[in-house]
Amino acid sequence: MKILVCISHVPDTTSKINFSDDNKMFDNQGVQFVINPNDEFGLTRAMWFKEKQNATVDVINVGSSVTEPTLRKALAIGADKAIRIDSEPIDGFFVAKQISDYITSNPYDLIIAGRESIDYNGAMVPGLIAGLTKMNFITNCTNLEIENNFATLEREIDGGKEILTCNLPLIIGGQKGLVEESDLRIPNMRGIMQARQKPLDVIPCSDLDSKTKSIKFQKPAPREEVKLVSSDNLDQLIEMLHNEAKVL
Amino acid sequence: MSVLAYIESTKGIIKKNAFEIVSYSSALAKQLGIELIVLSINVDDNSELSKYGATRIVKVLNPELDNFDAKITGNVIAQVAKDINATHIVISSSVDSKYMAPLLTIDLEAGYLSNVVELPSNLNPFTVKRTSFTNKAFCDASIVSDIKIIGLSSNAFGIIENESTLSEEVYNPSLLQKNITLKSTEKISGKISIADADVVVSGGRGLKGPENWNLVEDLADTLGAATACSKPVSDMGWRPHSEHVGQTGKPVATNLYIAIGISGAIQHLAGINSSKVKVVINNDPEAPFFKAADYGVVGDAFDVVPRLNEKLKAFKAQNS
Ligand SMILES: Cc1cc2nc3c(=O)[nH]c(=O)nc-3n(C[C@H](O)[C@H](O)[C@H](O)COP(=O)(O)OP(=O)(O)OC[C@H]3O[C@@H](n4cnc5c(N)ncnc54)[C@H](O)[C@@H]3O)c2cc1C
Repeated sequence: MKILVCISHVPDTTSKINFSDDNKMFDNQGVQFVINPNDEFGLTRAMWFKEKQNATVDVINVGSSVTEPTLRKALAIGADKAIRIDSEPIDGFFVAKQISDYITSNPYDLIIAGRESIDYNGAMVPGLIAGLTKMNFITNCTNLEIENNFATLEREIDGGKEILTCNLPLIIGGQKGLVEESDLRIPNMRGIMQARQKPLDVIPCSDLDSKTKSIKFQKPAPREEVKLVSSDNLDQLIEMLHNEAKVL
Repeated sequence: MSVLAYIESTKGIIKKNAFEIVSYSSALAKQLGIELIVLSINVDDNSELSKYGATRIVKVLNPELDNFDAKITGNVIAQVAKDINATHIVISSSVDSKYMAPLLTIDLEAGYLSNVVELPSNLNPFTVKRTSFTNKAFCDASIVSDIKIIGLSSNAFGIIENESTLSEEVYNPSLLQKNITLKSTEKISGKISIADADVVVSGGRGLKGPENWNLVEDLADTLGAATACSKPVSDMGWRPHSEHVGQTGKPVATNLYIAIGISGAIQHLAGINSSKVKVVINNDPEAPFFKAADYGVVGDAFDVVPRLNEKLKAFKAQNS
């Protein structure tokens, strides 16, 4: 089984988010970048397929050379090969188009992406790839088993979950549940050393088509101070929620 | 040219988020000076939508669409959109709509923005505000393709009453072949989901253990609320993963979010920030959540929550 894991390179979850002076770009000064958490769950699940079912695992990122340390980290965790499509992504469609073009000439049985990236939160790349390639697609995927080219999956839905089956090739949008937090792997020294020798192919981007543009960013307005209510005066809290906030 | 609003239903009943979708779409159609058409699937009675500005309903009635399949439903919407020459399509941020949206986008060669919170600030280029960086920021973004798909954040625009008269027509789409089989659905019965709830009561590590969750559940019962939890609480198995909210869990955008024994870590806040009113109950006055909340009680949850619950019960009894 050939697996491709899509890796988004995103600011660490603890990052304070700031923008350039003209608010047109994310300011990456002093920001640590990591593998997008939803993608990391998928990468770990892919490692299990590699170890238990002999799969090969490639990772792919659409981005400039600054994302290479993130791809090397994925190699150190155990991926076999990395592919970087050299570009500055414009939007989710742009990223999906690049990956679709790549997998059309380099087919895989299973593509694992995250349900969304924690930076632009578009939640569309895996679905757009599915639309472009006509592959089966399931997102919010919290469990995945594959036997003989046949997949059984669990999808989280509003207020519950459902069990689905389909044939490969398949693309999923993954999240926690594919593996648990405690299953995530921290690269060890050996993995890091090996990662240096593994292939990281850089390929040019295929076209520059995009459908949307981010124009300007803005931080939320500073909030008003919290209104503290004494624990001896909970009636006041109810009164405020009723009359002032109007939520009761 | 027209605006197409797609509304969701469960078992023939319109979902509550439909009223916001129709309110927004009606305002959008007015701003664009074009007609609004509302699409419902397997809903017999759409009359309630007329309260929010719907005038023309396209009904698709086909039992094969009862079980949601993102590709097939997305394609039905695409067929209707082409038929009525829709230039703007408005959908919700439900799990199903977010699943279907990118497939619809490709079907229509459209451009799609998710998490949109306002009407367009500019029509040329078509520019809307959306949340990004998991609610740590907003982004003005434009859609440059001819057909535009807008995924509206829940509870961002609100409901606007606008009584209208409805006309209905039935549309018979052709259905794509099913490639994904639904084996079973498990709904947590008798419980309101986080996505549908007006109020969410959420518990953190401060509650010490799963045996104390009656505090959260009793309060949620009184308020008709959904229950949620912080990430470590679900990681430790105190609560199911489906209750995990925050940056790596479910997003919450309710009217009222009550956080009990949750410190307010940046990843937690990111996911719940778009809730309108936030109340925190925490025994540590230095807990970061107090900087992000609207109302706060410094106190021991084991003392405060049961008393608050009793008072709320009395309040509800009086005001219902
Ligand atoms: C990559 C990544 C992603 C993450 N994503 C998420 C996410 O999506 N959602 C999320 O929630 N977290 C997330 N986290 C974890 C986050 O950083 C915090 O660790 C977590 O939110 C803390 O949970 P908590 O508030 O329940 O626990 P704690 O931080 O331990 O806080 C417990 C609070 O309870 C209070 N308390 C204790 N006793 C009482 C009492 N008797 N009465 C009242 N209050 C009391 C304490 O004062 C304290 O403030 C993520 C972390 C990482 C690294």
